[in-house]
Amino acid sequence: MHTNESTTSLHGVMAEFDSAQEIVDAARQTMAQGFTKVEAYSPVPIEELNDIIHKTRTILPKLVLTGGITGMASGFALQFWASTMAYPMNIGGRPQASWLTFIIPSYELTILFAALTAVVGMIVLSGLPQPYHPVFNVDRFSMASSDKFFLVVESADPKFDQQATTEFLRSTGAKGVYDVDE
Amino acid sequence: MANHSNNTAPEESPVILPGHDFETVTEIVAEIPLSKRFPLGWIGLLLIGLGGAGMLHMALGYLVLKGIGIWGNNVPVGWAFDIINFVWWIGIGHAGTLISAILLLFKQQWRMSISRFAEAMTIFAVACAAIFPVFHTGRPWLAAYWLFPYPNTMGLWPQFKSPLIWDVFAVSTYATVSIVFWYVGMIPDMATLRDRAMSKVKATIYGTLSLGWRGSARHWHRYEVATLILAGLSTPLVLSVHTVVSFDFAVSVIPGWHATIFPPYFVAGAIYAGFAMVLTLAIPVRRFYGMESLITMRHIDNMAKITLATGLMVGYGYAMEAFFAWYSASSHEKFMMWNRMFGPYGWSYWTLIAINVVMIQLLWSRKVRQNTTVLFVMSLLIGVGMWLERFVIIVTSLNRDFIPASWGMYYPTQWDFMTFFGTIGLFLTLFLLFLRFVPMISIFEVKMLLPQSKVKADHAH
Repeated sequence: MHTNESTTSLHGVMAEFDSAQEIVDAARQTMAQGFTKVEAYSPVPIEELNDIIHKTRTILPKLVLTGGITGMASGFALQFWASTMAYPMNIGGRPQASWLTFIIPSYELTILFAALTAVVGMIVLSGLPQPYHPVFNVDRFSMASSDKFFLVVESADPKFDQQATTEFLRSTGAKGVYDVDE
Repeated sequence: MANHSNNTAPEESPVILPGHDFETVTEIVAEIPLSKRFPLGWIGLLLIGLGGAGMLHMALGYLVLKGIGIWGNNVPVGWAFDIINFVWWIGIGHAGTLISAILLLFKQQWRMSISRFAEAMTIFAVACAAIFPVFHTGRPWLAAYWLFPYPNTMGLWPQFKSPLIWDVFAVSTYATVSIVFWYVGMIPDMATLRDRAMSKVKATIYGTLSLGWRGSARHWHRYEVATLILAGLSTPLVLSVHTVVSFDFAVSVIPGWHATIFPPYFVAGAIYAGFAMVLTLAIPVRRFYGMESLITMRHIDNMAKITLATGLMVGYGYAMEAFFAWYSASSHEKFMMWNRMFGPYGWSYWTLIAINVVMIQLLWSRKVRQNTTVLFVMSLLIGVGMWLERFVIIVTSLNRDFIPASWGMYYPTQWDFMTFFGTIGLFLTLFLLFLRFVPMISIFEVKMLLPQSKVKADHAH
């Protein structure tokens, strides 16, 4: 069906669309064809695309919860230890372990750890920073951050065939279909 | 969605003016950081800002050499300009977080054009605020061990029962979270700049800042989840920050400070001052950069309404302060209030009432809310009014305390003024650099308002 050299040097085939509606329709058709290695690129977030193509949700919220709890626990433990063991001070006869006064720093550290987990988690889970990616080899792709929408079927897909996939993507109403070099 | 909001008030103008598509939005916003031009007005203002920043440098340099005796602080007024300006700046920052986080949770789409620069304002305001307490310690490089919990050779640890330490945690968390939230919001726009940059240098710089963002569906999904979580975290955070700042006062036993109304009253005041500052910045910026179609009268009108609403809450705070002074039946509280109104600093109290209670009633009028010149002047006056509020709370509570023998007056020195106006210069400098080198409006968020990004529900399901 296809020669070996074309699959090794090819990342996939990219189709260009003009609007969110068009790419969502095309993504539905592509997934209905049974393709599995598909990715969409858009200048704005389109929640439907992730639901259609990947069908999974990120584990980020669970990581953030863990981060927040870690922040709270470590903040409280630090204050408790510093105030009762490392450097106890008698301030107006208040108990050394006056947990009420520890609430605010613990609260702030909860938010700090959770927020940093959200940011670092989002970046790391996405594999960023990643200066190089094959999609950047397509000149038109510079419009992906402006006003065009792109759908890529990767060559790693078992159903992938350069000729047939190109024709299929054209049939979904793509404004252009390009080969993506590895 | 624009239709939905139009239902509530048919005469209301749209969030962004018609005639925009993805390309025009990208063009109008990305053009500024990518162009080679440095407009004369921008350079002129930058020079003023740099002059102020230089003055700040001098004032702080001399402070470090001589000690805080160069300031007007004395006994009994041990806290003065340093804490007034700290609270003033921190408060201004709150509007940025309110716009970027709370309005996001409430799905207020009009926030999208103004969130980026309101967040920038937050970060620069917090930076200016932090200067004051840090330098009030006199020897900031020695202050680290009682501010931050780290193992030091003296075996000392911070005093966690003190509101001042809570403040350190609240403000440093606020600064950190605001910066990362701001940066995360810019990642997709940095990619836009990267893709449009004409020179290799700019493409490399913006490309690095974009982390190689390519806008894949999976990335966007994670990105949206992360943004929502950050908004959810920033909302309680921003409310906690000014609450904790108010604890600096409320936890003490000084008449005029020891009041349960302080936390909500401070938060409302912060948002009020902050929105006034956003107006102060937005009105000239939209005119100067021709952004009237993206930052529309709808934005100006909404911000004016929020200013009015929070201003009224602040007015309620003033009324309650006076009421509690009377209702407490404590002669010290009553005297404090009398001193505040009719004592040597009475002028400052009545000026603040004139601005924050009387003048803002003008905002009920639609005509006033639609007049940017009047609004601009009012927003500047509100800045003054809120500065006076902190002056009144701090100085008039301290200058005449329990023992008449220890009463005294406070007069700021030239160094106080140089430091204060110096931070305004620093703020101006940072803000101008932001306007020139970073997309001042969130490009991808504004695009989300356009029909091109809308998707109909799947009829197959």
